[in-house]
Amino acid sequence: MGEKKAVGCARPTGAVVGEQPKKDSSGTPEEREVEEMGITVGGKAPDFEAPAYFKGEFTSVKLADYLGKWVLLCFYPGDFTFV
Amino acid sequence: MYPEFEKLNVQVLSVSVDSMFVHKVWDETELAKMVDGGIPFPMIADGAGNLGKVYGVYDSNAGVDIRGRFLIDPDGVIQAAEILTPPVGRNVQETIRQVKAFQLVRETGGAEACPSGWTPGSTTLKVGPDLVGNVWKVWKP
Repeated sequence: MGEKKAVGCARPTGAVVGEQPKKDSSGTPEEREVEEMGITVGGKAPDFEAPAYFKGEFTSVKLADYLGKWVLLCFYPGDFTFV
Repeated sequence: MYPEFEKLNVQVLSVSVDSMFVHKVWDETELAKMVDGGIPFPMIADGAGNLGKVYGVYDSNAGVDIRGRFLIDPDGVIQAAEILTPPVGRNVQETIRQVKAFQLVRETGGAEACPSGWTPGSTTLKVGPDLVGNVWKVWKP
């Protein structure tokens, strides 16, 4: 599970899981515009680091930390909604 | 449902544009009343929709991540995806069926495939030259 450190905001690392982002001239990952990497079913998942709430704690999650496990990544529109 | 995912070695991660603070209060005030002990997996805060944009589920008009579900295998490969607009919920049983099917395919190194309508325990297809033109003998829809 993620470490107990704050991550400013959810951000893609700019690489797929298990790989380093390509170095480019457009600055640090924080400064770089979010690239519209897109996903391909059958291709590697885009990696990311994000803040998360887990069992009473604020933590951070990095997708690549779960390599070796199956991951079910579920997006939903909002807390306190109905469906 | 969650113990079933744990048994299958599946880590669930949920994502919405709500902050960690909102996740906490939703978990404590509402979800803990539906799920004993509250939500057992990390709830990710995607405030700016950055993850949603990369995964193709961010609705910039509504400012939310719509219902996208991605099954990622232990090598980091996306094996399945489902995206729904907000008013219709998912079917967790169908997700579990897909997890079991993809795990079976992986365990057999791709030697077996799960045909349309496959459920755990039913016939798989043994992939190979002998099967060509003979699917009708082993698989009755």
